[in-house]
Amino acid sequence: MPSLPTIEKDVEKTAKRAADHGAFDAPAAGEHDPAIADYCQRLGDDGLVLGQRLGEWCGHAPALEVDLSLANIALDLIGQGTNFLGLAGDADQLAFHRDVLDWKNCWLVEQPNGDFGQTIARQLLFSTWQHMLYQRLVASSHEGIAAIAAKGVKEVAYHRELAADWTVRLGDGTEESARRMAEGLDWCWRFVPELFEVDEVTAELIERGIAADPRQFEDEYRSAIAAVLAEAKLEAPADQRPILGGRRGHHSEHLGHLLAVMQHLPRTYPDAIW
Amino acid sequence: MPGHDWPLWEVFVRAKGGLSHRHVGSVHAPDSELALRHARDTYTRRLEGVSLWVVRSTDIIASDPDQAGELFEPAEDKIYRHPTFYDIPDEVKHI
Repeated sequence: MPSLPTIEKDVEKTAKRAADHGAFDAPAAGEHDPAIADYCQRLGDDGLVLGQRLGEWCGHAPALEVDLSLANIALDLIGQGTNFLGLAGDADQLAFHRDVLDWKNCWLVEQPNGDFGQTIARQLLFSTWQHMLYQRLVASSHEGIAAIAAKGVKEVAYHRELAADWTVRLGDGTEESARRMAEGLDWCWRFVPELFEVDEVTAELIERGIAADPRQFEDEYRSAIAAVLAEAKLEAPADQRPILGGRRGHHSEHLGHLLAVMQHLPRTYPDAIW
Repeated sequence: MPGHDWPLWEVFVRAKGGLSHRHVGSVHAPDSELALRHARDTYTRRLEGVSLWVVRSTDIIASDPDQAGELFEPAEDKIYRHPTFYDIPDEVKHI
């Protein structure tokens, strides 16, 4: 059993640096360096969007225990998303008052849940990448990013292990579970290359010691995934034409629907207080 | 509903070092490894523990409720088995 994630006060403080809640029309405060703000939005959007997706399983998972597992992962991800968006600016405004073209998450996280196999495939591919990324971001020269990564890395290590466990059980399970797992991987596979893309923003931040260079762990990632698939007695899908552009605001139709659900309440009742 | 064919596991949580594991409830899981994960996700979400045990419910040997009379009732009138039954003489220190 991995140890429980601890709550680190300095991370909470960092997350609370965002401007006042409810000030929806206020300009985003926070990080003034546009490249850093952009990078934090990418990391934050990944967490928030996948957290929202996993939340859709609430009450629908194959068993009560799985329902809780997925909800726990979702809450971890939403927490990371909130912290990163809080670094970028006003987390609430960025989460609830931003249109789809301004979202910078990768394509993988916005993909629909599909069946449990597809959800697990998405989680394995994302959490393995996120874990390797956070392991490196812990050493970021940007204090806030390093602190969020340090808190998140234990959470994500658990997500990664859980997703790998389920991949093995579904892949090496019944004929039907193996088929669903394989179909889920097949659906998600084309979104993997985007995770290792480095554009101008990331390149600049890698140079400055702020961002982690994903190309440095692509081989490690491929072997880690291959090892899980081998244990699960699954073949890696054939490489497909990669889908890119999420970091620039190009998204699948699925993201708009997700945001409509997530944002409708604060947009309909802008002054609503919980 | 899927999941219903999963065996039941009893969950024990150690709240902190030095304390015993205490029974907190049960989870369904297909095997021991996932039983531990389910136990973690179900019973330690709010920092309740530092260690977990899971054991197959069917591996627990329970006393027979029909024997409760002979097993437990004889202890009812033996209050001298409680240390508080005895008066400690004032001269006795360190007890």
